[in-house]
Amino acid sequence: MTAAGLAARPVASAGWASLQDALRMEWTKLRTVSSTFWMLLAAAALTIAVSAAVSAAVNCAGGGPGGCAAATGIDPAKTSLSGADLGQVIVALVAVLAIGGEYSTGMIRLTLTAVPRRVTVLAAKAAVVTGWTLAAGVLAVLGSLLAGRLILPLRGVTVAHGYVVPSLANGLDVRAAGGTVLYLVLVALLSLGVATALRDSAVAIGVVLGLLYLFPIVSNVIPDHTLARHLEQVAPMTAGLYIQSTVGLKSLPLTPWQGFGVLAAWSFGALLLGAIVLRLRDA
Amino acid sequence: MTVIAPYQSQVADTRDGFGQLLRAEWTKFRTVRGWMITLLVTVLVMVGFGLLSAAGTTSSCAQDTSSGPGPARSGAGCLPTFPLGPGGEPVSDSFYLVHQPLTGNGSITTRITSLTGLVQPPNGSQGPGPGDTQPGVMPWSKAGVIIKQNLNQGSAYAAMMVTGGHGVRMQWNYTGDTAGLPGTVSANSPRWLRLTRSGDVITGYDSANGTNWTQVGTVTLSGLPSTVQVGLFGASPDYTSVVQNFGGGTSSKGGGPTQVTGVFDRVTLSGGSAAGPWASGYVGADNGSGIGGYHQAGGQFTVTGSGDIAPIAEGHGGPADAALTIHDYLLGTFAGLIALAVIAAMFMTAEYRRNLIRVTLAASPRRGRVLAAKAIVVAAVSFVAGLVGAALAVAVGTAVTHSRGYWEFPVSGPVEARVIVGTGLLAAVTAVLALAIGTIVRRSAATVAIVIVTIVLPYFLAVASVVPLGVADWLLRVTPAAGFAVQGAYPEYGQVTAIYSALSGYYPLGALAGLGLLCAWTAVALAWAAVLLRRRDA
Repeated sequence: MTAAGLAARPVASAGWASLQDALRMEWTKLRTVSSTFWMLLAAAALTIAVSAAVSAAVNCAGGGPGGCAAATGIDPAKTSLSGADLGQVIVALVAVLAIGGEYSTGMIRLTLTAVPRRVTVLAAKAAVVTGWTLAAGVLAVLGSLLAGRLILPLRGVTVAHGYVVPSLANGLDVRAAGGTVLYLVLVALLSLGVATALRDSAVAIGVVLGLLYLFPIVSNVIPDHTLARHLEQVAPMTAGLYIQSTVGLKSLPLTPWQGFGVLAAWSFGALLLGAIVLRLRDA
Repeated sequence: MTVIAPYQSQVADTRDGFGQLLRAEWTKFRTVRGWMITLLVTVLVMVGFGLLSAAGTTSSCAQDTSSGPGPARSGAGCLPTFPLGPGGEPVSDSFYLVHQPLTGNGSITTRITSLTGLVQPPNGSQGPGPGDTQPGVMPWSKAGVIIKQNLNQGSAYAAMMVTGGHGVRMQWNYTGDTAGLPGTVSANSPRWLRLTRSGDVITGYDSANGTNWTQVGTVTLSGLPSTVQVGLFGASPDYTSVVQNFGGGTSSKGGGPTQVTGVFDRVTLSGGSAAGPWASGYVGADNGSGIGGYHQAGGQFTVTGSGDIAPIAEGHGGPADAALTIHDYLLGTFAGLIALAVIAAMFMTAEYRRNLIRVTLAASPRRGRVLAAKAIVVAAVSFVAGLVGAALAVAVGTAVTHSRGYWEFPVSGPVEARVIVGTGLLAAVTAVLALAIGTIVRRSAATVAIVIVTIVLPYFLAVASVVPLGVADWLLRVTPAAGFAVQGAYPEYGQVTAIYSALSGYYPLGALAGLGLLCAWTAVALAWAAVLLRRRDA
């Protein structure tokens, strides 16, 4: 073996790593951490399990006082997708660790040495996290819808009671299902952005889950209804999940897509903040 | 040639004491600036959320009360118009009363043969003709005999009554309630009721036949004047149904006023002054929707009334819906707990990340003691942060509420103290739980996620109506989130139909039981953490 033979290995020519290289790098990093796969599988499983449990907790069969009358009844699609309330925790955790893990191990220095254009690194991470979350989200949503479709009719949510059983043949249900997948993606991007800006996984996951859960807790508990409505309009989780609504759309503080836009603004705002911090601060 | 004296440690040549270990851990905590700042942030967010509740109220005092009776909210004052009962609690005290004075000791006996009424369910509920008035009685529609201090709202009383759905009851001073004969009243199965007064002591009896009497209860109304009012009454609370728009809505209830008509006969008064003419009137008529009247034919009295004689339950959709509560001021507890969980988890996980754990364990090889010292330090700082945050949040919230003229649901001093100290304990135990999970998992982000999922998420699921009320109650009964019960400030009243859910500050477990459950979960986690810390390599 000669020195010339070693030199002939197809290492990238002089010049900066492209976005493609960064993508491949990030893909390899996330793929080869075995916890990513298992956590996202757990996210899907948890989402399906919680959706099934909430669907099973519905009781419309007895027709109790006010229980399932059309005016006060449930939203079948939203109920079958309610596992996203819990599944998003694991999605957020995976996204936070995608960057937070680099800071805790010092890997970030190596990453930024390999790809000095920092925004490219963040964009590559965002793309890879999006891909993983899409896959997990589709699995979670299809499983949840199937569970709802099987369980809800047993609990009295039937056409006879005036309900539409969730189905992918129904436009509103498709919006709810597809919207939930995109919701999970936006939560992942929000988490990635926050973690990039804060550089610490523990603080980042605390902030992300605080942002998601505190708004709806406050807006439900405070006695002032006007303030509660305003809080719901800006809350990333509450507004983002309007996309799941298929009944009572007129009483929502925002339309489903407007609400989705609110969450998107949070997510891209966080990513922008993360990109600025990443560029300006020493790693 | 100089002789250099060899270095000799000044520390005494004994085993390290637990005191030194505590001091070491406290120094580690104290010298991380970010953690000390987080403690401050914890206090600030707790105060901030309390301010948001009190100062963020945008509705003016002249609030629309068309949805139901409530405190009169006109004018600049907007001060409470709920009468207060003898125990200081806000009460409903409006009903139709046929009465006469009774001086000295005596008794009243009557037979009641019928209890009917009219109800008006809210629009959108099930049943024939929603929105229309229809015959029926509410479970807590009531008619019977009463001995009352005077005709003022909120004055002391004791009463024997038949109810729409809860049989014969003896009730006194709004909060007292004892069951008598079960079943509904009818001409075929009448109920005899008797109240006797002897000094401050009032005893209630019931009977199915007027011959065999059973004592239902005896109560002391201290300070009862020598002349009191005695009479027949009818009261029927507003239509109430606990309806839950679950799957994203809030619980709601409501409906129009209802009325009840009781038919009395064989009314006898004994003792005191001779039976004089009956007077009649609606107690608390200035409160609005008083419906009532009576007519007498022979010995038969037909009394119709609306309203209620009962405590007011704090709760969404109820008459006190817009009231600010201590529960609202403490909303920031969730944010505070998240912040404390983050630092408590890092107090352990940072040692692993920086490999400081090896130094720590070399210095103090008995590992269980290291965990104990860390737990004590983190519990102490979290207790202080939670206590200060809660005390300031309540103080600031109360001050702002009063200065803006809003009505605050009253809470007694001891309960307020218990809620504030309890919030400190909740913070301390939650921090220890985070420390224990951090020791088990060794990853800070996963630890924080687990703590939030077990403590904050169940509460979120309950208040955001994602799950039905029954499931929400169950979640708050078994998960560590049960600890929030320590913030429950208001008693549940069996004799008042209302939404007793976490949304309104009611918890399925009592304060001690809830905190105890959180402590039990923490103890299990801590024990597991101690075992793993001993067994695993650092």
